[in-house]
Amino acid sequence: MSAIIALLSSDIVQTVLIGAALLGAISGMLGTFAVLRRQSLLGDALSHAALPGVCLGFLVAGGRDLGSVMLGAFVTGALAALIMMLIARRTTLKTDAALGIVLSVFFAVGIVLLTVIQTQGGSGSLGLMTFLFGQAAAILRSDLWIMGGVGLGALVLVLALWKEFKLVSFDADFARSQGFPVTLLEAVLTVMVALAIVVGLQLVGVILMVALLIAPAAAARQWTNSLGGMVLLSAAIGALSGAGGALVSATTRGLATGPVVVLIATVIVMISLLIAPGRGLVWQAAATRRARARISDGRVLATLQGFAQMHDDARYPSERGMLQVALGAKPPAATLASLESRGLIRSVTHPPETTPHWELTKAGHSEAATLSGTDHKKQSSE
Amino acid sequence: MIEAFFSAIPLMIMLTGVLTGISAALLGSFLILRGNAMLTDAISHSIVFGIIIVWLLTGQTSGPVQVLGAAITGVLTVVLSELLARSKLVKMDAAIGLVFPALFAAGVILISINARNVHLDVDSVLLGEIGFVWLNTVALLGVDVPVAVATLGAVLVVNLSFVLLLWKELKLATFDAGLAAALGFLPGVLHYAILTLTSVTAVAAFDAVGAILFIAFVVVPPATAYLLTRRLWLMVLLAVGFAVAAVISGYFLALHWNVSIGGMMASMTGVWFALALLFAPAQGLLAQALRARSERLDHDCRTLVAHLFTHQDTPAMAEENTLRALVDHLRWPAPRARAAVLRAHDRDLIERRDGLLSLRPKGKAEVEAIFGRSDT
Repeated sequence: MSAIIALLSSDIVQTVLIGAALLGAISGMLGTFAVLRRQSLLGDALSHAALPGVCLGFLVAGGRDLGSVMLGAFVTGALAALIMMLIARRTTLKTDAALGIVLSVFFAVGIVLLTVIQTQGGSGSLGLMTFLFGQAAAILRSDLWIMGGVGLGALVLVLALWKEFKLVSFDADFARSQGFPVTLLEAVLTVMVALAIVVGLQLVGVILMVALLIAPAAAARQWTNSLGGMVLLSAAIGALSGAGGALVSATTRGLATGPVVVLIATVIVMISLLIAPGRGLVWQAAATRRARARISDGRVLATLQGFAQMHDDARYPSERGMLQVALGAKPPAATLASLESRGLIRSVTHPPETTPHWELTKAGHSEAATLSGTDHKKQSSE
Repeated sequence: MIEAFFSAIPLMIMLTGVLTGISAALLGSFLILRGNAMLTDAISHSIVFGIIIVWLLTGQTSGPVQVLGAAITGVLTVVLSELLARSKLVKMDAAIGLVFPALFAAGVILISINARNVHLDVDSVLLGEIGFVWLNTVALLGVDVPVAVATLGAVLVVNLSFVLLLWKELKLATFDAGLAAALGFLPGVLHYAILTLTSVTAVAAFDAVGAILFIAFVVVPPATAYLLTRRLWLMVLLAVGFAVAAVISGYFLALHWNVSIGGMMASMTGVWFALALLFAPAQGLLAQALRARSERLDHDCRTLVAHLFTHQDTPAMAEENTLRALVDHLRWPAPRARAAVLRAHDRDLIERRDGLLSLRPKGKAEVEAIFGRSDT
């Protein structure tokens, strides 16, 4: 415990943690809109396309200067987005082909530029490799101001255009019919994807950036149905993954931050997909089970009721084999046991036979009548 | 002679690239037509995970087990994404974006943990080492052949036979999956067969060009070819041609500028694509712009002849049937009016008589076509 406190009181660790949490929160917030607008893979393409920009920013500034690197990444990312839209709109190539082209060609150019920087040598070229997989430890205290500024700018943008973004994210056609400048808003949202990528690069690198964009938003989506809740939760999950990943990679030698952050975010997504109330898979499975049990209960009761009516004997004892013939399948013992424990049916012996038989109790009759209420009326009217 | 060929380093590097390019372009043509380009992206990232797992289990970084492991990981990525999307909890694009980064991240972490024991490192995962393929050779029929050339050669034979043998089925399943299913061609099986082969090709190309540059070879040359032709066989041939051209030009440029060979080869696929995007005869941006201009001119011509026809043989004719009137009354800018008159003149629709513009028989016919011959 004291070791952790000692670690947390270190200036460097504090910087890294604050930076990572900040970056994760911004990416999580902006990623929400990308996921809702089904632009997840656009994020992947743009993050790869940021690599040549990172290299150019590095070459122009002559070193790892965060401002120029971010600007370069933003410029090539935005350029890639434009080319992507041009290809998708003006040719018959499908959107995913356009994404693939932009992603691979820009990345290839980035790789070429990377070797240019490496052959130039210099102490800073090592720091550049961290942009491939991210290295939170490379965050400097002075960088925090740039990140904070970008984050604040993104936050102001989201708050100022909240209603518009909401409408465009959920029903672009309706927004267009209401006279909103949809194309412009979509362009702003695309630019924000690029912005999210630029701020997240330091943390997880160009290759895994897509996960920091998608995973927090996908996890948040499972827990809430409101856009505000989703944005807040996504930012929180992003911050948590970022800070957690930074801490793990800072305390473990040789582990790049990006993969750790991505795995933490993935675990949060998996948990959310499984247990989120209402939507989660476990939740769904339980609901399906309950519904199935209810139907199965109802069918057994209805069959027993049918036999009773057929024989004009409210306490007509039916054997399991008879139920099987009527239902087309043997009713599970669990169903019978549960019905019996709820006092709807009663197990009786029916001499001379030795197998157990079941008859409806009074409660069972009224339950069967409510369940098959419509059937009953139809029968009587016929 | 043969030995000299296989020991010539530049030739071997280019041969490796060419084999990669052709194998990838063969499959890529179908992948981009089917809208599955981004699945290639997912597969080529996540096979990194398969490669490291197979290495942890068997200690092998290449060979048949490795190919099998990669194929399984590639298909697993796609199946997991489709399952996730089918649960309706996330959309398909987000599902892909969740699955492959997770597998890739896990792979990268496993590589870093075992860094001292395995020759895979993060750089080679990304970039490949096509410049060093000749270091690792195997004796085939008494000749030392680079391992990458042998593997990629085998992969090329498999891919080529797949495409040639199942040509009709692939064509049908790609353009009309519904009909293919109705005819009993199992488009689903073909879908997974293509994705399996893509994974296999990716792992074979891994050493040469790395995970991400592989995507360039799968997606870009077929997309370039698609801008030039609508015939499938020609598209596949052109895709192969563009891939080979990118490999060879990329190699020499990389030598010239002393940069990453794989990166330069992949960049060159982008150069061919950009040229096709601009200058393709029918679909290119330039052709589209010219066509739009020509359509606008034709439209102006129709307006012009209609205008002349309305005022023909009326008192206002002297004033209306002039270039001046087009500028003043139709509010056309002077260059637009001049261009329309020239175009109409070229097409023999109008003539200049006594300083006035008047219709030629062909122009009259055009007006009648526009107004529907109401007066005849």
